[in-house]
Amino acid sequence: MTLLEAKDLKAYYITKSYGIERTVHAVDDISLDVNTDEILGIAGESGCGKSTLLRVMFGIIRPPLQLIHGTVAYRSGDRSLDLLSLTDDEYRQIRWKELSYIPQGSMSVLNPLRRVRKTFWDFIDTHRPNTTRREFEDLVTGHLSDLGLPAEVLDAFPHQLSGGMRQRVTIALATILKPRLIFADEPTTALDVIVQSGVIDLLRRIQAEARNSLVIVTHDMGIHANLADRIAIMYAGQIIEEAPAKQIFGNPQHPYTKYLIHSLPRIGDKSHRISSPGRPPSLMVPPKGCRFRDRCEQKRRICREERPLLVSIGENHKVACFLAVKEGAHAS
Amino acid sequence: MSLFKRYILPRIIQWIVVIFVGTTVVFLVPRLSPMDPVQTTLSSMSSLGMANPEAIRQMEEVLMDLYGLRGTLLQQYLRFWSYLLKGDLGPSLVMFPAPVISVIGTAMPWTIGLMLVSTILAWLLGIALGTLTGYFADKTWAKILDAVIMCIYPIPNYIMALMLLFLFAYTFPLFPFSGAAGIGIKPGFNRVFIGSVLKHGFLPALSMILITTGWRFISQRALVTNVIGSDHVQYAELAALPRRKIMLNYVFRDTLLPQTTDLALSLGSIFGGALITEFVFSYPGLGQILYTAILQGDFNVIVGVSIFSIVGIATAALLIDLLYPLLDPRVRYH
Amino acid sequence: MVIIRDLFLFDMRFRIGFIILICLFLLVGLSFCSPYEQTARRVVPRNRTPSSKHWLGTNSLGQDIFWQLTFAVRNSLLIGLISTAVSRIIAVMNGMVSGYLGGPVDRVLSTITDSFVVIPRLPLLILVSFVFRGGLNIITTALLLGFLDWAWPSKRYRAQILSLREREFTNTAVYCGMNTLKVIGKQHFPFLISYLLADLISGFLWALGMEITLSVLGLSNLTTPTIGTMIYWANYYQAMLLGTWWWLAPPVIASILAILSFYLLSVSISQFLDPRTRIQHLSIGG
Repeated sequence: MTLLEAKDLKAYYITKSYGIERTVHAVDDISLDVNTDEILGIAGESGCGKSTLLRVMFGIIRPPLQLIHGTVAYRSGDRSLDLLSLTDDEYRQIRWKELSYIPQGSMSVLNPLRRVRKTFWDFIDTHRPNTTRREFEDLVTGHLSDLGLPAEVLDAFPHQLSGGMRQRVTIALATILKPRLIFADEPTTALDVIVQSGVIDLLRRIQAEARNSLVIVTHDMGIHANLADRIAIMYAGQIIEEAPAKQIFGNPQHPYTKYLIHSLPRIGDKSHRISSPGRPPSLMVPPKGCRFRDRCEQKRRICREERPLLVSIGENHKVACFLAVKEGAHAS
Repeated sequence: MSLFKRYILPRIIQWIVVIFVGTTVVFLVPRLSPMDPVQTTLSSMSSLGMANPEAIRQMEEVLMDLYGLRGTLLQQYLRFWSYLLKGDLGPSLVMFPAPVISVIGTAMPWTIGLMLVSTILAWLLGIALGTLTGYFADKTWAKILDAVIMCIYPIPNYIMALMLLFLFAYTFPLFPFSGAAGIGIKPGFNRVFIGSVLKHGFLPALSMILITTGWRFISQRALVTNVIGSDHVQYAELAALPRRKIMLNYVFRDTLLPQTTDLALSLGSIFGGALITEFVFSYPGLGQILYTAILQGDFNVIVGVSIFSIVGIATAALLIDLLYPLLDPRVRYH
Repeated sequence: MVIIRDLFLFDMRFRIGFIILICLFLLVGLSFCSPYEQTARRVVPRNRTPSSKHWLGTNSLGQDIFWQLTFAVRNSLLIGLISTAVSRIIAVMNGMVSGYLGGPVDRVLSTITDSFVVIPRLPLLILVSFVFRGGLNIITTALLLGFLDWAWPSKRYRAQILSLREREFTNTAVYCGMNTLKVIGKQHFPFLISYLLADLISGFLWALGMEITLSVLGLSNLTTPTIGTMIYWANYYQAMLLGTWWWLAPPVIASILAILSFYLLSVSISQFLDPRTRIQHLSIGG
């Protein structure tokens, strides 16, 4: 069942300083659904607009980012809300209770001068104003022990915790009110590999227990392989392939997806890693036609003239590439 | 023990060294000046008709003793310290037999009252306004307030005092021109005296508050702007915490630390007096005493007031160093 | 040049500050074409209200206030600039040496600095000017002010440098083989510059304020027109009580405008130079 439906999103960074106006087409015509009870991964190299997409889907658009076009329909009970047209006050009602967000660089999002308990209290008191001290303690210690975190972290200041522990506390903070939809932006960057796997396990456990939905953005295909049910691959502000994780890894269609998969190391594989030559196009003046064509080995003339649309080529498998569509058509 | 040795002891030693060096400079500067207080006094006495040369010679001896000018500079210096450590700053020249300590003692309450009130009020006002305008920077009222304070801030101390005096003592005679209390009113804990003190202190305090609030406002607004950009404040916004809560618990709380230490330093500098303000309003505080002492070459008083001011600032700095780790959980003694 | 144009066109604060600055410099320039000597008295009729002949009127000393003001602005700006330059050069050098070398050098320098911080500056200043009363000219006054105002800023520069030294990018730069001077110039200076600008303004403000203080106490060379001495003479002749506002108002307004202009320029320029805002201008991460 669809929980969140993003439609025709266009969001640009528009800055004007000292007379020079810059427009960065960070999210350029994207439609993407999030289903109930699933982990959706959004992958792509840095600068492709994936974090921006996540923010837009969470409905928080602050200057210099501007929404140009599109809706994000969120199903809350039997109502459907457009997160992008809610007033600030209306959206405050459901934020954190139903949708929450784990930000990038979440090592430093805890207030350095407040003990962790106080930060939890701030967050809970805001969204459940009549919580008593007692209920609060029960709720927080229960939640922490569910996540396998020691209750002692509550008495610590953020700087006394390790990076991995701070990350887990942030995740606990984002999930304390049992939201139905969690957005996580690069939750494992800057952590070492062992800690990373712990954090990934934590996220998976939260999702498995609460049967809610998790949208995770990361450039690390290894994490997607471990965690995601469904994956959307982004390139230069657009989604170029979207399919269940098995399909993406087993039968990638877009040449860019293939590059991403081949860049993953495999045990026992000694062949040379091919990386995609060149760099993604500038998002200030995105080229006409297929945005990947300059790095593509199989480009045709049509790739220069027309933009390939994201079309369905099989069950739950969509791709935006003329080549793949043709082959897919042959196959069917 | 090791905490004391590694953290506290070096700071106490530094405190002593700083006071020692500062006091030495204050001791030396008047003695390097070409003014001779003994001759000044003698000439003023002889102009009063004391012509007996023997009496003048005796007087000179006595004065040399009183001012600690006998012997070489080094001997003077050693004697100066031995008296100072006993709390003896010598007699004042202007108010002759009165010891410097008691001269300072009469002026001190006025200065402390005036400056304590105005420093604390200006601190509170500057921080409140700075936080509000920093946090709601895009609101129209914030921009207007910002512009108004920007124009008050650069007004020199003296001009501010003079303008207030002109406006509220001359054009609209709401407040007295000078002094700290009505003449002939007996000091005591009663309504007449306290009312008179408040009325006299109002304009001097107002002029100091107007000047220092501007500076506090600017520093606070800069701090707030910095804090707003930090990750944890952004995250609190993202989590839809009420703006009032973010402003108080997150933004304001973060700026409190540097502002508290700054307040401590300002309080430490109270003991120097507010020379210009006291001068304009003829307020009988330390600044006024210092000014007359300098004009009349009364250097026991100069040295005395300066030492108070040195000890005040140095002690404030020491206290900040010692208390800071208690205030900021991120800083440990090490 | 292009930077000035861009700032002028697109930043209101810069525009106001820049226009005031130009006006002040215009006054300074005009002072060289004054028909009167700067110290001359009784050259025009006394106590005239502003008119087409005497734009800002004349004072009780028989001086034309407009031309007096041009000299006063020139002299006061000169005092402010020299004093700020002297104090900040000492402060930056001392702070840098202390902050970068550390160890015993830092300890000695810091103790000296701390001792100077606690020495009450105003009494010392008054004492010295009293001793040399009248003997101080513009330059010596400026130098004296400069030598009294380095300790506080020096402490703050040291703190800034210590915090920069601790940051990660310093280590990155060092590991990449950048030498110390390059690290300071390329990596640290951009962070210091906005602070430096704000600090220069406060130094200027202090010097201007102290000049006025000394003058109104009658301790500077009162024959040389400065903003402070203009105020002194206006008060001496009870300008406020007699209602000769055109005598007192020009120096007061000039001092406020000068400081306002420097303040606006510094805010605007430091925002333009701030590496953090500049990064925002150049690239936006996805």
